[in-house]
Amino acid sequence: MQNVERRNHIWAFAIVGFLSLLTIVSYSLSEYYIYLAAYLWFGFVYGMCLQYGRFCFSSAFRDLFAVGVPRMAVGIMIAMVLFGTVSALVTATGNSTFHPAPYGWHAVIAGVIFGVGMVLTGGCASGSLYKSGEGNVTAMLVILSISVSQAVFVDIGGWANSLVPYSWHQSAVAKGLPAQINAGDGWVDQYLAGHVWNQPVATYGELLGLQSPFLAAYVGNVLVGIVLPAALALAAVYAIWYRKGYVRKHRQEGKALGGTATELAGFWSMIAASKRTAIAGLVLGIAAGLHMYVMKGLQIKFGVHNFGTLMKELGFTFGISYKGTVFDPGYWYVTTQEAQWVGWVFNKLGWNNMDNIYFGLENGIPNPLINPADWMSLALIGGAAVMALLSNEFKWKNTTPELAMWAIIGGTLMGIGSRLGLGCNIGAFFVRVSQGDVSGWLFGVGMVIGAYGGVKFFNWWTERRLRKQIAAFEM
Amino acid sequence: MKFEKKEEGLYRLDVTGYVCPHPQLYTKKALEKMKPGELLELVFDNPSSGESIAAMCDTTGNEVLAKDAQSGKYTWKIRKAAG
Repeated sequence: MQNVERRNHIWAFAIVGFLSLLTIVSYSLSEYYIYLAAYLWFGFVYGMCLQYGRFCFSSAFRDLFAVGVPRMAVGIMIAMVLFGTVSALVTATGNSTFHPAPYGWHAVIAGVIFGVGMVLTGGCASGSLYKSGEGNVTAMLVILSISVSQAVFVDIGGWANSLVPYSWHQSAVAKGLPAQINAGDGWVDQYLAGHVWNQPVATYGELLGLQSPFLAAYVGNVLVGIVLPAALALAAVYAIWYRKGYVRKHRQEGKALGGTATELAGFWSMIAASKRTAIAGLVLGIAAGLHMYVMKGLQIKFGVHNFGTLMKELGFTFGISYKGTVFDPGYWYVTTQEAQWVGWVFNKLGWNNMDNIYFGLENGIPNPLINPADWMSLALIGGAAVMALLSNEFKWKNTTPELAMWAIIGGTLMGIGSRLGLGCNIGAFFVRVSQGDVSGWLFGVGMVIGAYGGVKFFNWWTERRLRKQIAAFEM
Repeated sequence: MKFEKKEEGLYRLDVTGYVCPHPQLYTKKALEKMKPGELLELVFDNPSSGESIAAMCDTTGNEVLAKDAQSGKYTWKIRKAAG
């Protein structure tokens, strides 16, 4: 037993040592690599927090519906309030790298598709990364599935063009995008340029017409955009799922029920129920806010708006987009870098996938080894692995045919949903809600609906399998 | 997944290899089908499911009598709540 623990600790230190060496060696080659290192170490912190807190957005909605557990719903709200509060300062001082996304029905529908997918796979996009760090092979399959489905989806044309409303096609063509992007061909190109880009964009601060940047950030985005909806959501969660159990325990302990005081105590009990999740949410929220500040600082230091410029300076020009950019959000994001590494592989295998908006115009397909967001995701897996190793929770778990099936189906839905929503549970929900982006909660509502449907299906599936086992004996 | 009756009043649910939400769903359903006071020996290896199962037991009043962890494999003993 002690040998296993010792081995785990050695591996944990080896991972940290490798990432540290990578940081030092790359910096010695050029100071521009500090830009990648910043993404790396924030990714590492995210990974450690996610694993420590078993932080999973899929769990937030799924476990509420499936087993009545509000742990993750609480954790996410804590994290979003903190992230919002920290990054509001960044926004108010004009240092944010964030841009809100168009909002509309597309965000809800995308969320529904993503929500079903993440219940089937057993984890959200960030959850699959951290669970890979725990040695979970099914989670790795989910990541592969999300990656491949996105890379295919963003470039699919041909027969898929017949599924595009003509108004989208017209609008996309009228945008006057570069000829090599060919915005009139490709389902996602026409969806983006012909529909999504025509939708309104706003933060709560802007909707409320708050002129002062500080009021817009704190009153608009944080108070109205996060705190109030989160408080309402948690009040509903308490009333529907937690209160009954709390009152029952209260009675069993012989304590008197005292109206508002009891309800408030019960509500607090729900908030504090999972210390690990609350701590993880706290650290995640603060780290995510700091991440924005640091990336903006580095952009100012190097005099750039996007890593694509630094990439060229470093001598790497393959895969840079038409605009001279690569995907460089300046904050935590998950799915685009997953699409990119597969897109890069496909391109190397001969697929011309730089003639679309997603890769060709906006994000590029740089080599994963120089892709800042891929450094962040790989380090996230590393951070989760370190945390799992230190607590002796790391265990190679092979997949099974059943789990592989759910991983592929669910991962595909997550890939499609994330491209339709322009992000996943992190990019389209966690980050956007925390920045006061109106589209954030819309995607979130979609995820809740999708998760409900996914849980209904799994309830039926597991019931069927359990009954078959019970038939062998008398209960 | 294997659910079996070990002896009168004692069942064993092995959900090793499963990821969320299967362990917690199977645990919930197994407990629902058991009689009050009966024991469930639960074996799983997905840490995040443990958080959900523990919280679920706390809410429903099912008592987690013992928790054993060996190299990422968890064996819990849960008593179904009395009515």
